[in-house]
Amino acid sequence: MQDEEKRNKIWAFIITGVLILISMLYYSVNMYYIYLIVYIWFGFAYGMMLQYGRFCFASASRDLFAAGVPRMAVGIMIALVFFSLVQAFLASTNMSTFHPAPFGIHMLISGVIFGIGMVLAGGCASGSLYKIGEGNATSILAVIFGLSIGQSVFVDTGGIFNKLVPQSWMDAAHKTQEAIKTYSNIDIPLNSWFDFYLVGYVWNKPTYMIADLISNGRPTTMDYFIGNALINAILPAILLLVVIYYFYARKGFIKKRRKKKGSTGLSDELAGMWNMITASKRTSMMGVLVGITAGLHILAMKGMQNKFGINNFGQLLTRMGYTGDVSLKGTVFDPGYWYITTQEGQFGAWLLEKFGWNMHDNMFFGYVNGIPELWRNPALWMSLGIIFGAMVMARLNNEFKFKWPKGELYIWGIGGGLLMGFGSRPSLGCNIGAFFIRAAGGDPNGWVYGTGMVLGAFIGVKFFNWWTERKMAKEMEAF
Amino acid sequence: MAMKFEKTGEGTYVLDVCGFVCPHPQIYTKKSLEKISEGETLEVIFDNPSSKETIIQMCEQAGHELLEEKTEGGKLVLKIEKG
Repeated sequence: MQDEEKRNKIWAFIITGVLILISMLYYSVNMYYIYLIVYIWFGFAYGMMLQYGRFCFASASRDLFAAGVPRMAVGIMIALVFFSLVQAFLASTNMSTFHPAPFGIHMLISGVIFGIGMVLAGGCASGSLYKIGEGNATSILAVIFGLSIGQSVFVDTGGIFNKLVPQSWMDAAHKTQEAIKTYSNIDIPLNSWFDFYLVGYVWNKPTYMIADLISNGRPTTMDYFIGNALINAILPAILLLVVIYYFYARKGFIKKRRKKKGSTGLSDELAGMWNMITASKRTSMMGVLVGITAGLHILAMKGMQNKFGINNFGQLLTRMGYTGDVSLKGTVFDPGYWYITTQEGQFGAWLLEKFGWNMHDNMFFGYVNGIPELWRNPALWMSLGIIFGAMVMARLNNEFKFKWPKGELYIWGIGGGLLMGFGSRPSLGCNIGAFFIRAAGGDPNGWVYGTGMVLGAFIGVKFFNWWTERKMAKEMEAF
Repeated sequence: MAMKFEKTGEGTYVLDVCGFVCPHPQIYTKKSLEKISEGETLEVIFDNPSSKETIIQMCEQAGHELLEEKTEGGKLVLKIEKG
């Protein structure tokens, strides 16, 4: 046992050391890579915190519905509250990289698909990455076949699927194509169904930010804190905590109190709420840290952009001569904050291009995100950072164990991953980019997507409950 | 996959969900606890660390008692008495 602990510690040092060496190597090649290095280490920090706090958005609604455990839902609400406050501060000082997304029913539908997928796969987009770091190969399947390859094929598919696209989207997309050609002399690719969806539907949807709405588009510091943080994040988070307490934690706590004191009042209810919040200290503590770190990440990225006089890493890649990495408009995917799925889609596209599939002939990669070489993809390095950060934390706590999936886990991993990939693209984000970041940044879209995710998780849990009972009754004698 | 739920003695059961990842260990544990009677014990053996916190809190919420918690060669073992 002691040997194993020693081995784990050595591995933790080796992984961290290799990442330090990689960072130094990048910096020595070109100082512009500091931008990429910042992504690596924020990813590393996220990975450590996610693993330590068992921080998974799938677990939030799944464990609530399946096991009546509010631990993770509480952790996420805590993270959201802290992150919204840092976001409001950054937005008010013009140091935020956040932009609200087009608002519409597509967010809800996307959320439902993603919610089912995350329950089947056993982890959300960020959760699957940290679980890879724990040695969970089911999550590797979800990330590679679902979130990466599945997602890239999803945005590139045309043919028969284009016949399902409404004519109004096609007309609007062609109009925009003409306008962009006239304005910037770029002929945007309109080939896949997703191209028409993106250009003809999503781009025509309005965007909202609560701070703008309450200030007629001229928000002050107070508007950011009241509109974005208080109204869009803190009050809904408190309301959700009260609802979760009432339905999942109150009964047991008040029963114990009544046994002890005879009667209970408001102070006991508040004590019950506090008990729920502190029930899992490691998750709640990580909620605070994740929220603050996500805010600091935005600050660091904005600082980098100001330092180099850019607003996208693609500009630095172009300066370094890597013009093949960037999209038609000279950009690569560079969210400027915590984000998961698009970079994995880029990885899938990069891989498929090696097999001769042209992935540049669509809007998603060709015009918006580009397909950089893997080692020059900043957001992909953030995902790798999450995996390695989680691996180091798991090793330090002797929790790393490689588990190769068997039997049904192949189906759940790949199927769930595909649904997560499909459910994160129409919404332009996943549990992090579409829910967490937007809900904390004053974009009501975050809650629309979050509602969809919870509905999807409910469906997923209902399915798993049925499956589990059936399996236990069939295969286990004592059941 | 090698997963088992067995009666090992009078009022004692074992659930082995090694190799399974989230959410299976917690769901199988809940179903097994629903199956056994109050006062009986269930030993849950699993190797998915992310399930541990959830199982422990599930027991606290439902009034089951955690009698023992140990790690054996990469496997986590929780001994629970149904309350």
